[in-house]
Amino acid sequence: MTPAIELVGIDKSFGAVHANRGVDLAVLPGSIHGIVGENGAGKSTLMSILYGFYEADAGEIRIGGKPVAIRSPADAIAHGIGMVHQHFMLVETLTVLENVILGAEGGTLLKAGAAKARAELTRLSDAYGLAIDPDALVSDLSVGLQQRVEILKALYRGADILILDEPTAVLTPPEADALFALLAQLKAQGRTVIFITHKLREIMAVTDRVSVMRRGEMVATLPTAETSPPALAELMVGRRVLLRVEKSPREPGEPVLEAIGIAVTDAKGVERLMDISLTVRAGEIVGIAGVAGNGQSELLEVLAGVIQPSHGAIRIAGELIPPHRRNPARLRELGLLHVPEDRLRMGLVPSFPAFESAALGFTGDPAFARPAPFGALFDRAAMVDHTRRLMDGFDVRPPDPWLRSSKFSGGNQQKLVLAREIERGPKVLLVGQPTRGVDIGAIEFIHRRLIALRDAGVGILLVSVELDEIMGLSDRILAMCGGRITGERRAEGTDAQDLGLLMGGVSEVAA
Amino acid sequence: MSAPIELPRWADVALVPAVSVVAAFIVAGLVVVGIGENPLTVTRILVTGSIGSADAIGFTLYYATNFIFTGLAVAVAFHAGLFNIGGEGQATLAGIGVSLACLNLPFLPAPLLIVAGILAGAAFGAVWALIPGWLQATRGSHVVITTIMFNFIAATLVVYLLVNVMGRAGSMSPETAEFPAASHIPSAREVLGALGIAQPSTPLNLSLALALAAAFGVWLLIYRSRLGYAIRTVGASPGAAIYAGISPGRIVMVAMAISGALAGGLAVNELMGAQHRMVLGFTAGYGFVGIAVALMGRSHPAGIVLAALLFGALYQGGAELAFETPTITRDMVVVIGGVLILFAGALEGLFRRLVARTLTVAAPRRAREA
Amino acid sequence: MDLQALAVILDSALRLSVPLLCACLAGLWSEKSGVVDIGLEGKMLIAAFAAAAGAHASGSALIGLAAGIGASVAFSLVHGFAAISQRGNQIVSGVAINMLAAGLSAIVGNAWYGQGGRTPSLEGDARFGDIALPGADAFAAVPVVGPLFREVVSGHALPAYLAFLAVPLTWFVLARTRFGLRLRAVGEKPAAVDTAGISVPLLRYAAVIICGVLCGIGGAYLAVAQAAAFLPNMTAGKGFIALAALIFAKWRAWPALGACLLFGLLDAGAIRLQGVSLPLIGPVPVQAIQALPYVLTVILLAGFIGRAVPPAASGVPYVKER
Repeated sequence: MTPAIELVGIDKSFGAVHANRGVDLAVLPGSIHGIVGENGAGKSTLMSILYGFYEADAGEIRIGGKPVAIRSPADAIAHGIGMVHQHFMLVETLTVLENVILGAEGGTLLKAGAAKARAELTRLSDAYGLAIDPDALVSDLSVGLQQRVEILKALYRGADILILDEPTAVLTPPEADALFALLAQLKAQGRTVIFITHKLREIMAVTDRVSVMRRGEMVATLPTAETSPPALAELMVGRRVLLRVEKSPREPGEPVLEAIGIAVTDAKGVERLMDISLTVRAGEIVGIAGVAGNGQSELLEVLAGVIQPSHGAIRIAGELIPPHRRNPARLRELGLLHVPEDRLRMGLVPSFPAFESAALGFTGDPAFARPAPFGALFDRAAMVDHTRRLMDGFDVRPPDPWLRSSKFSGGNQQKLVLAREIERGPKVLLVGQPTRGVDIGAIEFIHRRLIALRDAGVGILLVSVELDEIMGLSDRILAMCGGRITGERRAEGTDAQDLGLLMGGVSEVAA
Repeated sequence: MSAPIELPRWADVALVPAVSVVAAFIVAGLVVVGIGENPLTVTRILVTGSIGSADAIGFTLYYATNFIFTGLAVAVAFHAGLFNIGGEGQATLAGIGVSLACLNLPFLPAPLLIVAGILAGAAFGAVWALIPGWLQATRGSHVVITTIMFNFIAATLVVYLLVNVMGRAGSMSPETAEFPAASHIPSAREVLGALGIAQPSTPLNLSLALALAAAFGVWLLIYRSRLGYAIRTVGASPGAAIYAGISPGRIVMVAMAISGALAGGLAVNELMGAQHRMVLGFTAGYGFVGIAVALMGRSHPAGIVLAALLFGALYQGGAELAFETPTITRDMVVVIGGVLILFAGALEGLFRRLVARTLTVAAPRRAREA
Repeated sequence: MDLQALAVILDSALRLSVPLLCACLAGLWSEKSGVVDIGLEGKMLIAAFAAAAGAHASGSALIGLAAGIGASVAFSLVHGFAAISQRGNQIVSGVAINMLAAGLSAIVGNAWYGQGGRTPSLEGDARFGDIALPGADAFAAVPVVGPLFREVVSGHALPAYLAFLAVPLTWFVLARTRFGLRLRAVGEKPAAVDTAGISVPLLRYAAVIICGVLCGIGGAYLAVAQAAAFLPNMTAGKGFIALAALIFAKWRAWPALGACLLFGLLDAGAIRLQGVSLPLIGPVPVQAIQALPYVLTVILLAGFIGRAVPPAASGVPYVKER
């Protein structure tokens, strides 16, 4: 059978980053083809090339066996390729109809094409059960509905080949199920679907064939039926994965962090967290498992004082924290330290030299100040020395305190942030996505340091989208869904399937 | 792709600004040719007119003083990620503050009256910048637009005050009475004369020392102090600032106030140092040129002092030029300022790319030759 | 106030609002596409100079208008190049445009004409005459409406009618056409436009050019219709009041007309209210009325009355995410 799409020898670099190296891919028509790989493996870049968003440095794209030039999304659309981006390409101030016809308006005047478009939209909506009001403003739609608009956009343009980039990252489990049903329906009509994810469960559930990418290379393409999650995981990371990190059992101590009935409402008035109560004890790691966007980020930020709760109380080491002291600087003084999820936006200042980033949050340290009366001025030698010690202790490379923070690799940036927080001797450490975008070697190092910290009696709250990481490090696991805690498990008494159900909102109360 | 263009440090701080200055002068030269003058003659007049005599140097430094103040004002706001276009208005308000202090505190002895005048100017300028800062911090209105609006509000306010309230009795022109002698900042002629160095009479006065001290102070503040660290963090990464426990809103207000106070230095130099009364329109566009100065100086006080000297020389040279060649007016400086803002500011990326490309082409060649 | 006096004030308000309207709509086009433009003032100024010079040289007001538009569009393209192609800071570029225009118009004007930056007075065909609308005299006898029509609506110069015509045109194109939809989209989310297969730079350049044309009409009106020569800095902040009006109108065409007429009326009123004592308030300083547009804009921006939200992507250069 002639592949619907063939990519041959695709190569793409961004500056020093080699995002795709000689990638080959063949997708059979009328199939659902999964592409898996870790974050940064090059999946999205490859699809952006297929969609004409980027141009490949080398390689060939063939559609139905014929080589084609795809230099822009317009070319891709003309070849019947549609793409649903991970971050939706919708204009929030426009209506559904306006978004759908954008770029395919059908005439100089909108009026000319609008009636036809409206009819076609209704037909598509009915055919696929995508009930949606064409005149609703996109900003008023839920994330799940917005994704439907994205799919309708592609179908309206007559896409035979549909690319979905991490489509479930933002969906609730019922929404994801609806999406999978839709994909099956599209396949039944003979359309081709390319489905990008890093979640093996989804690959196994919906795809016919699966390709695995690792560090910019395509390492395997297999029929889904002939493989298994452990086999795929091994292909993804390139060696047998240690699901369990070495750690000895430890009896937790006194509570060091307690959240009681925390609720958070965002600027748009949407409730992000509802009635969250949790306890972290000295010497234990509490993991938060959840699909991205279900309130874990808000939980970290509210506990760290970055955002304020609308309800609820927080205790640190038994002491109730009054609202006016719930800010990061005060909490730090009480021994609550925080490794934020997004190190480039929060954890450090990319344009600062490393020694200044290493002082972020601690500029009030008397060790960094000149003697009176010049106490408002920095003693830079002390800051540089301090940074050098952090770099030695955490093997940050290159160990150059003067190097701009942005010039370190992701793993080394993360080690610097961890070093800064851990070396302050926290009572409680909040850790968000400790190994996102971090190379394998550094991951092991970071995991070992976190375990050591726990063994030293620090209470750690760990948020990660990597379920393996949560299961491997945590003593106790809380699952979150839709801004609520949906269940609690001992790490040794659970597995991915059990947690997956909890993350999907199948709460114990409801069940 | 738009990856940031990495350049060696020397190229970053010296070569890129220098290339944009040269390019700006080439454009200005084309304008000169376009109106039928000889650019070489014009350059000669500019140079001798600005640094060719003690007299000329005095004027050049006097103008440079203004540019140091307004350039620093823009730069401090830049470091906090803010674009303060309101230097004109802030200096105008500072002028009112200076006048109020100088005219209403005649009982103070000379040094104290001068200090009072400087503080009043700084305070009025700070408040006029603080309001837009406060509006951005608490109400989310962008300082760019509010400071523009505040320039115009200041302009109408000062007309009203000079015509109806503070105006010189019996005078139709919008200006205050002459400030008491005790409020006059000593001129360079007086100071150097006391040291036995003869100086021609120019408006140059000790405000220059104040401006240089301000430049040093800003350097300490921005690069060496906790507050400066907070300002730079807010400017570079508001997320990191919040994470660190720095309140961006508070820093926005503080940075704007400092910026406005620095713009107030323009009023000190002009009114207390030179004109000895408040006159309408004394800000004369120095506030806007301050943007060019800050961009060219890459928001670093040392760079700003150098850029201010360049603009001071252009201003003074431009005056001579207007005198000697009737076809060219001092607006030439405004043109050069505009081109420089375009080149060193809006088109910075283009110039950085050009320099980067030239360097990468040159580097292997050098290696081969070596 | 009798009808005649009212007509005079309204007529003058209309005249004063024309340059505001041109610049305001110009800003609307630019900012709707995501390019912030604080260089409206400068573009109008250089257009005023070019229009006066062109009209003087050719003896034709129309050629003057064309020259004004040409100069303004040229400056627009400089801004566009910096903002769109080079992804430079749009505020910085706008400041540069304003300074360049102020400096160049003064220098070149002085070099060419030697009158301190003024251009020679325009006479006859070199200046736009007032156009009497058909029926202006015929209906003059109709009470109230007739005289108002003749005095206020009729009797303006060509660029003024172009400006007022631009209001429905702007509304129609933005709301009802393919180009308008794409433009609205690109100012809110350029990535959505890009992935829909439409060129972001082309759309933005188109908007910036329209912005230049409108500023050109405004500048030409100032020098070749309202006045009969170019005077240094003759825009006197109108480009910034237009910016204020744009915020006031929340980036919409019809409200822009309303805001510009209001600001024009304030201006016309300020001239006439000089020294007049209002009941209860007493004599109002003319400066207070002059400052009113700016004060109102600040209050509006601060969200004390309503909320003014600019297009989401305005001022942000489009960079493909990686």
